[in-house]
Amino acid sequence: MSQPESAVADAQAGGRSGQEPLAKLAERYGLRRSIARPRFPVYLRQLWERRHFILTYATSRNVSKYSSSALGQLWQVLTPLLNAAIYFLMFGLILGGSKNITNYPAFLLTGMFVFTYTQRTVTAGAKSISGNLSLIRALHFPRASLPLAYTIQELQQLAISMGVLLVIVVLTGELPNWFWLMIPLVLLMQTMFNIGAGLVIARMGASMRDLNQLLPFITRTWLYASGVFFSIQDKVVEAAHMPQWVADIMYLNPAASYIEWMRDILIASHNPEWGHNPPPIIWISCVFWAVFALSFGFWYFWRAEERYGRG
Amino acid sequence: MAELTKELSQVKGEEPAVRGKDVRVHPNPEPTTGKRPLDAPTGTPTVIVDDLHIVYRVYGAATDAEKGNAVNALTRLLKRQGRPQMKEVHAVKGVSLVAYHGDAIGIVGRNGSGKSTLLRAIAGLLPPHAGAVYTDGQPSLLGVNAALMRELTGERNIVLGCYAMGMTPAEVREKYDEIVEFSGIDEFVQLPMSTYSSGMGARLRFAISSAKTHDVLLIDEALATGDREFRKRSEQRIRQIRESAGTVFLVAHDLKVIEETCNRVIWLHKGKMRMDGDPKEVISAYNKG
Repeated sequence: MSQPESAVADAQAGGRSGQEPLAKLAERYGLRRSIARPRFPVYLRQLWERRHFILTYATSRNVSKYSSSALGQLWQVLTPLLNAAIYFLMFGLILGGSKNITNYPAFLLTGMFVFTYTQRTVTAGAKSISGNLSLIRALHFPRASLPLAYTIQELQQLAISMGVLLVIVVLTGELPNWFWLMIPLVLLMQTMFNIGAGLVIARMGASMRDLNQLLPFITRTWLYASGVFFSIQDKVVEAAHMPQWVADIMYLNPAASYIEWMRDILIASHNPEWGHNPPPIIWISCVFWAVFALSFGFWYFWRAEERYGRG
Repeated sequence: MAELTKELSQVKGEEPAVRGKDVRVHPNPEPTTGKRPLDAPTGTPTVIVDDLHIVYRVYGAATDAEKGNAVNALTRLLKRQGRPQMKEVHAVKGVSLVAYHGDAIGIVGRNGSGKSTLLRAIAGLLPPHAGAVYTDGQPSLLGVNAALMRELTGERNIVLGCYAMGMTPAEVREKYDEIVEFSGIDEFVQLPMSTYSSGMGARLRFAISSAKTHDVLLIDEALATGDREFRKRSEQRIRQIRESAGTVFLVAHDLKVIEETCNRVIWLHKGKMRMDGDPKEVISAYNKG
């Protein structure tokens, strides 16, 4: 008999007869658990080393998404345009918009485009682990690469929708100004929040299969609560005569905060009191959610790193 | 292009007939065993599997009778039964083994005996339910299929696959031409993979996944595919990969391949290890029953 078998026999007997157990043998030779979760800083470094994979994966998904249609990549521009047209028809013309909002088309579309970015990231994130089990069971990489790639894919789409949005906003009579330079900063913060939210929802979606069925209702409720079609201040305080703190709490919702800041930048008449600057409650909320969601999201996702393959 | 299609249609026709008859991954095991430090008492363990249990969940495994209509779902809710679609499969039940540097270990067993699951657990891709797997370095599964996208061109898939295996951009640039050349798909590399014949797809996948070297290599099922000429080349490539890897695990249904390639064979039966030892002994026992 060659050595391996006898070693196994030794080790198997080890637990019972006092010889070296396998775990000890592994320790003696410096072997490590093949599925051990790396320490958090190491995990982040591994993730950084996989940045090319993450980017390529995101781009590839975007390319393959439209590859079977005749118009191809043109849909990346057409989809947001058609969405804008439908929202405007629905809420601007049929439902009559809002009397208190001067530039309703710009108001609505800004809200819609900003909200859609978060909504799509969360929805995609929920499937990023559960929909890629075969990949997870075949190759080794930090699993956070997948929700990250999905967020980047949505970011690439957003870059195009933002271009469309800016054109439309100018067509509605708003003038480009220096505050537009703040747009990337706001989007950066929103992206940080989205990455975090995507990571959290990815871990939840990996074990709760029914989340995908539930998510449309959650995001729709979120949409209505975020003041995409209406001004929270108008409806809650002026029309419904509720105390100001109710409106303030609604503005603290991350989606509402990012929408408000973007409207402050793009629409001159949105908040004349503060000009193009956001009120403190908005920018504090934006910064808080970006930092909190990103750090919590990575930590929360990392905690289950070794279990994602089980499904 | 027409030539290639013709050639490949022949490939598909002849594939089942040739398989199992004349596949020689390793013509002569003796010379390599001489090189291996296996019999030396100093051989260091590279993979230790300690009383491993793997349980995984399978969704959508309901029988036709209990499948998702709303009435059934409601009665289940009322009776407080779990979802029948989800089943727990106890795929590996208490396997222990020690693999040493230089080992080439074949795993045999019937379909569903837990061979692939064991490989995935060794690779650290499936979490153990109980027990543990200890390894030296990161074992990797040979195969990149899951990362590729059918709608994308061969070009993009090569880059994507290489990154998925953890290569750096410099390595990808270095290996790119080699992969294209080895796969022999020529100008088809510009076309989406969905337009490839099954033989071409298999060739490209093999070329990508074999472009990386590994310390501990896990091979699930014989990878040599395609026409006769490509098969010869891919067998040679597998041999190279195997020789450069420290430890190899090989799952194959072709016992001849295992007997010729491996210096040790493990027989899994219904998730348990039935035998572990010399290839000839284990395989003859396996053939008996």
